[in-house]
Amino acid sequence: MSTPLHIGFIPLIDAAALIVAVDNGFTKAEGLDVTLAREVSWSNVRDKLNIGLFDAAHLLAPVAIASSLGLGHVKVPIVAPYNLGLNGNAITVSQALHAAILREVEGGNPFDPMASALALARVVAARRKSGAEPLTFGMTFPFSTHNYQLRFWMAAGGVDPDEDVRLVVLPPPYMVESLANNQIDAFCVGAPWSSIAVDLGVGHILHFVSDILLRAAEKVLAVRQGWSERNQEVVAALVRAAFRAAEFIEQAENRAEVARILSHPERIGVAADVIQRTLDGRLKISPDGTMRENKNYLLVGREGAARPDPVQAAWLYAQMVRWGQAPLSPVALEAAMAVFRPDLYDAALGAAPTPGFVSNVVGAFAGPAFDPSDIAGHLRAFAIGRWKA
Amino acid sequence: MGAESPPKEPSPKIVIVDESPIRAAILEEGLREAGFTGVVHISEMQSLLQRIYALDPDVILIDLENPSRDVLEQMFQVSRAVRRPVAMFVDQSDAASIQASVDAGVSAYIVDGLKKERIKPILDLCISRFNAFAKLQDELDRAKSALEDRKVIDRAKGILMKLKGLTEEEAYVLLRSTAMREKKKIGEIAQSILTASELLK
Repeated sequence: MSTPLHIGFIPLIDAAALIVAVDNGFTKAEGLDVTLAREVSWSNVRDKLNIGLFDAAHLLAPVAIASSLGLGHVKVPIVAPYNLGLNGNAITVSQALHAAILREVEGGNPFDPMASALALARVVAARRKSGAEPLTFGMTFPFSTHNYQLRFWMAAGGVDPDEDVRLVVLPPPYMVESLANNQIDAFCVGAPWSSIAVDLGVGHILHFVSDILLRAAEKVLAVRQGWSERNQEVVAALVRAAFRAAEFIEQAENRAEVARILSHPERIGVAADVIQRTLDGRLKISPDGTMRENKNYLLVGREGAARPDPVQAAWLYAQMVRWGQAPLSPVALEAAMAVFRPDLYDAALGAAPTPGFVSNVVGAFAGPAFDPSDIAGHLRAFAIGRWKA
Repeated sequence: MGAESPPKEPSPKIVIVDESPIRAAILEEGLREAGFTGVVHISEMQSLLQRIYALDPDVILIDLENPSRDVLEQMFQVSRAVRRPVAMFVDQSDAASIQASVDAGVSAYIVDGLKKERIKPILDLCISRFNAFAKLQDELDRAKSALEDRKVIDRAKGILMKLKGLTEEEAYVLLRSTAMREKKKIGEIAQSILTASELLK
């Protein structure tokens, strides 16, 4: 008897491990009969998971935390026994903003996020002086890695994300069009949307998120806490299937096949070569054809990427506090960290943590090393923020 | 009239965000019939938030197939950009309401200040109209496929009449009895005849 499961996902490349687990038979081998449902909004994924229409979901890590803390919506405790990926986002800017930032970088290295953030601050100041409209940045959701990554980056250069620019939520499929018709000046979004903007000649990839944070938890495999307690065997089987799929994806020789599976219209539905470039960490960053390679662009399973790391959850919670979305409290911090469940991951795989990789590291380009035991102290190191100690 | 009737609260302003003009019209009509006069339909998703702020509604209804739903989530945030924050979409404890609205394919956002008892009739009406629309759509799809089937059956009958020298009536009886024997639909048998005749051409 196989267990029927309904799992929701958003068509993004970081759903790769989930999609390949199903479409390449890894879930079936674990006795699971999974139906994947392609969704159009994170709100839908969250609500359908919360009310039980989905058994599990590909979910923004901060949404899992917000749902568990009851921020912005109904409080439903969620746990993440598996991390679907680290990094994978990019900050893409319009041709005009790219030119302006390059001018202000003044021969410095534009891939250095501090140099680009300081340059952005000068662009913002010049616009204010000339009476131009503030720059508008698109991101995907109030509780999103994209929101926090954009804010972290620009605030390091002295740009207040709530005062100096506009941050707006846009569905990923509308990002490119909005950049093309000057509705927004930049966006932070997951793959493949930045590549599509570059391929259409409307944007430049200014940063990979791995420039800003060395390791950033992105999407998780999310399940309701209560459900996970009643279905421990199913959760373990799901973790194993996703783990095998990630191993398969990370083998370079399987990449073409993986890209073909993911490109299916019912799955991610974009050209296989764009998907393969993303998985290989080799992206076209400019319409002129300039390529940039970074092995940390998106980690699906290698270097311990799939094991949920509660320090990552704490970092995301600290961002919610910094930007006024959540109060600072030890109880909330503990609840946020408890969303990420390395114990469930280890139990499913019957293994100790993979040796040879550095966990417990966020590796931000600015500020002190992150210390989850002292969030207030950590946040005090940053000049810009909306929180009250 | 006038002096006798109790002071009426003004009708809440309702915005419908839906890219389907037919469904939006069905919902709008229902709301007007129920006495909700301030209903505006937005079908254009560009600058959605600005449009909504300009209208300053009390309730926003959006279909769940609309990716712009995430744009509305921004209204939960307390920030300079958000003039009137959105409250919880329904009571936390009212799981049945959430379930019914998700099943119907619609979500409601209630702007802070609107009383709970005034939300319920709007939401209920919205759910029933969305369900009615889904039923209509389903019937339309079925009618379309029935029409397709009839075309296929007519062509299959023609082939049988020509190849086996049958009358139209006999051709139909043959199709129907084969379908019954093989426990398939007549349309499927007819389609396999068309396919076979293509192959044997």
